[in-house]
Amino acid sequence: MMTRALSLPPYADFLGVAADRDEAGVLFFRLGFAAKVIGRPGFLHGGAIAGLLEIAAVGTLLDALAGETGVSVKPITVTVDFMRGGRERETFAAARISRLGARIANVEAFAWQDDREKPIAGARMNLMLRRG
Amino acid sequence: MSDTFLPPSPELDIAAAARMVVTLGHNGAIGAYYVAHGEDWAELAIDYRDDLVGDAESGVLASGPIITLMDMATSMAVWIKRGVFRPQATLDLRIDYLRAATPGRSVTGHGECYRLTRRVAFVRGYAHDGDPADPIAHVAGTFMMTDEA
Repeated sequence: MMTRALSLPPYADFLGVAADRDEAGVLFFRLGFAAKVIGRPGFLHGGAIAGLLEIAAVGTLLDALAGETGVSVKPITVTVDFMRGGRERETFAAARISRLGARIANVEAFAWQDDREKPIAGARMNLMLRRG
Repeated sequence: MSDTFLPPSPELDIAAAARMVVTLGHNGAIGAYYVAHGEDWAELAIDYRDDLVGDAESGVLASGPIITLMDMATSMAVWIKRGVFRPQATLDLRIDYLRAATPGRSVTGHGECYRLTRRVAFVRGYAHDGDPADPIAHVAGTFMMTDEA
């Protein structure tokens, strides 16, 4: 099976987020550590983590829609929960589509650092789909 | 009595501190700058930039920079209302996008702290791209004080 390339927005390049796939072909995203993602001293900025979660959610949704042409997605609501402080190292994120409807998609994303079972943040995004 | 003594103008200190804080780290990277503040609110802004775009086709800003802006504006509102810079962490933040930000326009984030307890601060706010009466987003969130067990 051919692995599709996922095109990320300019904001992902700015933030330093890249997309990757695990052995099973499931998408995940990495945010490299840099001074530009720091918030309070010693911790990542919540906004940078939220940005990673958004890129993971939208990227995973666009990947699921990759068979369709002319479909665009627009966030309506984004709710971010911050569970642990993000430390000064690489951060990962992955998303799961809870429901992909005709007009609305509900997507959940999680971010983690050392241990995937200990997320540092999670986000729920409800997005509007525009087809054709 | 000693408690009638008023500290020297905290207003000026807050504006100066806000101007400095927004230049650091991620806030500085998205180009955030101080606009104004009142007794329980703060306003920050970012200018439109191509590298903050979330949808290359439409040119609309990504959600991330707006969340960063609102996180910082509401965070600053907590410090202003409390009158001191206490360490705090965002517990949650919800953003409702009322409409897409117009490409090319600066975005202003207005953050307000409407309730303060010893350990939690409750905030709300909005973002607009020129007309506060026609906001692009509404936010609601909470902060935890991190200097208490």
